[in-house]
Amino acid sequence: MKEVAESLSPLERKIFPLIKDNISLNELIDKSRLKEVEVIRALQWLENKELINVRKESKEIIEIDSNGRKILKEDLPEKRFLKSILNKELSLNEIIEKAKLDKDELNAALGLLKRNSCIILGNKIKITEAGKKYLNDNRIEDFLKKLPLDKNKADKILYNELKGRKELIKENLVKDRISDLTSKGRELQKLNLKDDYIESLTINVIKNKEWVNKKFRRYDININVPKVYPGKKHFVNEALDYARRIWLEMGFKEMKGNIIQTAFWNFDALYTSQDHSVREMQDTFYLKEKGRLPDKEIVNKVRAAHENGWNTGSKGWQYKWNPEEAMKKVLRTHTTCLSAQTLSKLKKEELPAKFFSVGRCYRNETLDFSHLFEFNQTEGIVVDENANLRHLMGYLREFATKMGFPKVRFRPAYFPYTEPSLEGDVYDPVHKKWIEFIAAGIFRPEVTKPLLGKDVPVLAWGPGIDRIITAAYNIKDIRDIYKNDLKQLRESKMWLK
Amino acid sequence: MPTVNLNKNELEKLAGKKLSIDKLKDRISMLGTDLEDIKGNEIIVEVFPDRPDMLSEQGFARAFSSFIGVKKGLREYKAKKSNYNLIIDDSVKNIRPFTSCAIVKNLKFDGEKIKQVIQIQEKLHVGYGRNRKKCAIGIYPLEKIKFPIHYRALEPEKIIFTPLESKREMNGNEILEKHPAGKEYGHLLKEKNKFPVFVDAGNNILSMPPIINSENTGKITGKTKEIFIEVSGFDYNVVSKCLSIIVCSLIDMKGIAYEIELKYGNKKITSPSLKPESMKIDINYANKILGLNLRENDIKNYLERMGYDYSKGKVIIPCYRTDIMHQADIIEDIAIAYGYENFKEEIPNVSTLGSEDESEKFKRKIKDILIGFGYLECNSYNLISGDVLNKMEIKMNNIKVLNPVNIDYNTLRSWMIPSLMKILSENKHHEYPQKIFEAGTAFEKEESENLGLLSCHANANFTEVKQILDYMFNALGLKYNLEEAEHDSFIKGRAGMIKCNGKKMGYIGELHPKIITNFNLELPVAGFEINLSELSKLVIQY
Repeated sequence: MKEVAESLSPLERKIFPLIKDNISLNELIDKSRLKEVEVIRALQWLENKELINVRKESKEIIEIDSNGRKILKEDLPEKRFLKSILNKELSLNEIIEKAKLDKDELNAALGLLKRNSCIILGNKIKITEAGKKYLNDNRIEDFLKKLPLDKNKADKILYNELKGRKELIKENLVKDRISDLTSKGRELQKLNLKDDYIESLTINVIKNKEWVNKKFRRYDININVPKVYPGKKHFVNEALDYARRIWLEMGFKEMKGNIIQTAFWNFDALYTSQDHSVREMQDTFYLKEKGRLPDKEIVNKVRAAHENGWNTGSKGWQYKWNPEEAMKKVLRTHTTCLSAQTLSKLKKEELPAKFFSVGRCYRNETLDFSHLFEFNQTEGIVVDENANLRHLMGYLREFATKMGFPKVRFRPAYFPYTEPSLEGDVYDPVHKKWIEFIAAGIFRPEVTKPLLGKDVPVLAWGPGIDRIITAAYNIKDIRDIYKNDLKQLRESKMWLK
Repeated sequence: MPTVNLNKNELEKLAGKKLSIDKLKDRISMLGTDLEDIKGNEIIVEVFPDRPDMLSEQGFARAFSSFIGVKKGLREYKAKKSNYNLIIDDSVKNIRPFTSCAIVKNLKFDGEKIKQVIQIQEKLHVGYGRNRKKCAIGIYPLEKIKFPIHYRALEPEKIIFTPLESKREMNGNEILEKHPAGKEYGHLLKEKNKFPVFVDAGNNILSMPPIINSENTGKITGKTKEIFIEVSGFDYNVVSKCLSIIVCSLIDMKGIAYEIELKYGNKKITSPSLKPESMKIDINYANKILGLNLRENDIKNYLERMGYDYSKGKVIIPCYRTDIMHQADIIEDIAIAYGYENFKEEIPNVSTLGSEDESEKFKRKIKDILIGFGYLECNSYNLISGDVLNKMEIKMNNIKVLNPVNIDYNTLRSWMIPSLMKILSENKHHEYPQKIFEAGTAFEKEESENLGLLSCHANANFTEVKQILDYMFNALGLKYNLEEAEHDSFIKGRAGMIKCNGKKMGYIGELHPKIITNFNLELPVAGFEINLSELSKLVIQY
């Protein structure tokens, strides 16, 4: 109990002694002369300490309205009417002038006075005994003066009468908080609540050693504090940085390049035939302008690879290759175009070499819960004379394990620029199912030889990174990746890998 | 990916073995296709686009039964000699120059079979045939046709016949305009002054490829037992391969194929060509790529499991395979037969040095500074609506993409601030202050990495964002200066062009109330935009 006493904040200290059973918020505001928010806060804290119980109640309150206020200043119109003829009978027009009645007031007054037989009508209007009595009746004024008033406590008959008159009174639904003391609270009120605890540790408290003889007010350390949010990285970039770190750990060098590419690098250099359906407008974003092709030497080799296989040992696609088609500018459909550019610049003495890239790619696709037209891709290549399919699988398992998926299985797949090709599924232990995770293969000689000048095995793979992000963050609708809902970003959990 | 519908009983019969569903699933997936769905007796399988020969029940079962070891090695497909002739007229040269044809007899087209034939035709049209552009297939009841047949091109007005599913005769132009198939595929003949047709010896028009057959001579029914097939297109190899795929499936249905002699001027070609091809294989090369030590006999065995034969360094390739261009393609098949699950994974001991791209490093350092200031990183599309860019009230040469599927995302953003303004406008119901930034790609003349930063709250102002700019440049060891800028997105007199070493780096300022209103916001916004690609060049020199 003593600890509780020590933990009362200055606000609570002011409010708590005022509390008795069934006390309303307004009463406490009145008595404490504190602001409403302060009292509410104090009540909440006291309730947390189980000293009081607070009930929320809503009450209908009768309040005075515009005409009501006017009456308190100027008297009731019917009384003004009666007063004007108290000593002398007058015509209606004379009354209107003398009593200063407007049209509304006159109609209201006439009706009421007739109903109550306060006047006798004629050319000149006469006051009756009832009228004289009415002048001395102050029930209405008294009622108005008492407002605001709880509807339940008001005189029903009078209330109904006044409600019928124009804008005299109005009702308001008011939410109130009613406090009661708990047994613990009752006990605490018996104690003498000293007020000389140290509230804040100020410079003076330290300098003047005030803390030597005084106690610190105890905090309720479990109290809820207002939320704050730090600046932070977007969760997608966290995941991409994580992938980047894995590539770096595995000894890969980062490749960077443009999003706008010529079809040459995006398709032709990767041995995608010019009539392949991925090159159609429904699948790939094209721009109006055309780009420039690289060195003639490379272009001619790529052309030959398409037309007849060049000297790669391949038959090629057996069609006439069109440079105009290759000059079209596209938004890259994969980061593999960067791998192609890297191979074209790589010198033989730099082997073995490993490269990776992370970046945005595009597909002209309708946006829905499982499809994005703009997505992230990361991929790597290993250029090594001695590389083989078993190595590729080894790298893939290592990569997947580092990504958090040690259970991997491989099955055949098809990609236009790799042969053999494979797909790696990983087991998602949370959702308990296999998910397609990684696309991989060894570049076809028709890709490698024209670019590198030599048929060296190039292992290549790329995980579906957006898939991992949606799994890690339990995102059902892939569009949420780019939703930028600030509340969601502020509250998103940390990338823990 | 293309799919093929298979009847489970039929597949088991053709493959010669019954497998449990799990085993079936596993084997199908390890053959390199994907079991998509099983509905009662119907199995739907995805087939990779390089294997059009597997897009029929027969073709699939053929590959499958070899793979599971029931019927290994090359199957023999033959066409019998005959006296049928087909003459290709010079007039088709610039229109649709090639055709390859065959006769198949002894067929029984009961309900299921006719469905199968239509499935093969449609799947080949869509995939291998590129929606009939590369090749188109026509099938006709033989009893209605008189040989020899002529393949020639005629003026559309002179082509008069009743197309399939139609009740009256039409001419070539009418078919393109009015017939559903004409409307769908008419673009393939547009701008040609003549259209190709097959005409028989009785001068009946059999069809107008690649659009439609004749109702009278080009409709097969359940009673049809003998057929004439043609494939037309632009490359003889392509049409011939396509024909082989169908004919082999029909032979698998117990059909008997007959040859047709094609007369291309003086040149005579016998079709269909069902002869296998051969390709040399270098066993050392195969072992090197796969990381295995297979002996010749092993290789032979694995090749037979994939429907090939092997003899003395040569692989005998069945005529229906369209995807074998290089021995690499055969090596993949060896790997599939060996079983992907049987490879021993290995990480070779090859040391290479990893390194991160400098611009990425730089970007991360900049981001860390802003995060330290309590700014929240956002991540938006590089593609944005042109309307959003226009709300900034300045004219820029924005790069548009040609026919985007989503018209709301039709333009590459020229700077970051519009994306960030859009984000603010979509987050009005959330707590303020809202302080956000994004480092991403912008496309103004050249592609660059840009940083955009905005602060939005009741007291957002120039000072607060300039403080951040000051700190950032200081931290980078750089000095910048601001030149008063005329920029309609910002309030006049409260906007500056950021310059460093005499080079323009971006803009800073308080957003103009008009812009704020354009984005439906009510609070002040201040911010800046910097070209990080340019800035990093200055920093890296130090």
